[in-house]
Amino acid sequence: MKKERQVHRKSLLEWGQQQPETVVISGDLTSACEADGFAEAYPDRFINMGMMEQNMIGFAAGLAREGLVPLVHTFGVFMYRRALDQVEMSVSYADLPVRMFGFLPGVTTPGGPSHQATNDVAVLRSLPNMSVVEVGDAADIESLYSIARSVSGPLYVRMLRGEVSRIFDAPFVLNRARILSAGTDIALLTSGVCTEEALRATDLIRDAGMSIAHLHVTTLKPFDDPTLFDAISNCRLGVITMENHTTIGGLGSCVADVMSTGGIGRRLIKIGLNDQYLQGASAPYLMKNYCMGAESLIAAVESLSGQRLGITPEQLADAMVSDFVGENQVEAL
Amino acid sequence: MTTGPEPGRISNRDWQRDCRLIADGIRARALAHTIVHGGYLSQACSSAEIFALLYGYQMNLGASEGPLLPRRYEGWKDRKEERVSGMIYNGVRAPDADRFFISPTHYALVVYAALIESGRLAPNALDQFNTDGSTVEMIGGERSPGHEVNGGSFGQAISQAAGVAWARRRAGDTGKVWIFLGDGEIQEGQTWEAVLSMAFLGLENIKVLVDVNGQQVDGRISGIMGLEPLAQKFEAFGCAVETVDGHDLEALHDACETHHPGKPLVVLAYTEPYRGIPLLKERFPYLHYIRFKSEAERDRYRDALADMEHPG
Repeated sequence: MKKERQVHRKSLLEWGQQQPETVVISGDLTSACEADGFAEAYPDRFINMGMMEQNMIGFAAGLAREGLVPLVHTFGVFMYRRALDQVEMSVSYADLPVRMFGFLPGVTTPGGPSHQATNDVAVLRSLPNMSVVEVGDAADIESLYSIARSVSGPLYVRMLRGEVSRIFDAPFVLNRARILSAGTDIALLTSGVCTEEALRATDLIRDAGMSIAHLHVTTLKPFDDPTLFDAISNCRLGVITMENHTTIGGLGSCVADVMSTGGIGRRLIKIGLNDQYLQGASAPYLMKNYCMGAESLIAAVESLSGQRLGITPEQLADAMVSDFVGENQVEAL
Repeated sequence: MTTGPEPGRISNRDWQRDCRLIADGIRARALAHTIVHGGYLSQACSSAEIFALLYGYQMNLGASEGPLLPRRYEGWKDRKEERVSGMIYNGVRAPDADRFFISPTHYALVVYAALIESGRLAPNALDQFNTDGSTVEMIGGERSPGHEVNGGSFGQAISQAAGVAWARRRAGDTGKVWIFLGDGEIQEGQTWEAVLSMAFLGLENIKVLVDVNGQQVDGRISGIMGLEPLAQKFEAFGCAVETVDGHDLEALHDACETHHPGKPLVVLAYTEPYRGIPLLKERFPYLHYIRFKSEAERDRYRDALADMEHPG
């Protein structure tokens, strides 16, 4: 799978060119959030707020009230946790077009719980007026400009930085999942970096005789995509979700809501962080030990099918390795 | 490798010599680590004397209760009753013992180096730094050696330490509560909320040391979101303030000994982010995280390290 560097940095430059109302705000994490190119190209439309996230969110709301389009850049935790009341009262209640780019979701940083956003989707989905998307590849990141243009209220983007894989050719469309494979036994819905992690195992699972419909979900709110509903309704054995996030209130919970309110009587296995905080360690280590990785996917398929798939750890190790946290991403925390 | 005094051998007969050795050792260990792995090196340069003074002489800490090589940490199996705080490296809690709170926990490398130099950690404990399953985390957490609270989200450690100080005053403890702050994080509103409350509540058992190195992630604080005049701000909030050269051990010590009845003490230690490793100045002001790009560059810093270990 092809890796590309600093996709957001490039796309932000185009964003600035196409939309003169764009103002980028950074919380002392400018190159760490790939906003340094924009800052150099459009210095009069860039504000470094330093480390004052509550003020930064309120300030952005003020810009939005004057017709500007603020793109707020910092690590996710510093927005949805540190400045949640400001996000709610100054931005979300006011339904203002503030675009928040929250970096370092879950396992993508070894920085420990102070830096790992593990429940941002759960928290921000519960805010009226807020839209929530999570990127999983380079095409997702490049689509954000058009996505943001199509959302009139506040938008939270669960972001990736540094080395990002390109999985898709086509851009993503709001509230439409992308189909990676069609199948009838199991519906597998994955988001963010878990899509690439799942791809380590899906060929092996298919070789073991299972038919899998695999969909990459980018939009987490709104969540009424007929593509998803079809995949969930048409699977014989059950549904598996896989997310780099707590299983309380994220993708798995979204799918559970759709299944229960839609009267779809299938089993659902939610793979994700099991009501815990992570620790400071590498992404492969965290995914394996906190049961969020490809091994857990294989176990879930075995549970739904009641069959042993006979996939060995060696086969899995030989499969494509998801090394989305590159050397260069450790710095600038 | 330069080493400080052996455990329990800090003589206090010549505390400045002891602390100088510790400070030199902190810089050398941070540089040796950064050459191989990359690291938060400028923070070691700016704060080496502060940590050397605190661990070498100033703080009244008991002997470390932690193993010289930290235990492994498997968080997914973590049980509350089995959790071990990183504060055990600062000795047992006692009414007359001091407590230490670190707010900018990306200084963890400096903390570990200071623990090594003061005999509280084995030198090879640093081999575990930022490795899978270790408490010797890159960003210190409350299980990391020397750390008592999760500080990495800025402005939070000082509030927690203020709560501890209030409770200790109520309990009649005579031990002090030391708080280490970076200057960049003073931009956070919570820092000022904490300062307002500790001054209003008259928490004279608090001593805050600020590493005023003038740096934040994106570069020079004065060009991003300037903070000065810091001394006047803290004074206006009701603190006793001492402003010193943060590399001058005696001045730092004198400032820490200031009599400050009814008020918390804030020591503004003005420092240089390349002190002791002049080569680093070539990267100024982009010093937040250092990663050497080429072998040639590494070689130059290896030479600098050799000079630090064998001066002259």
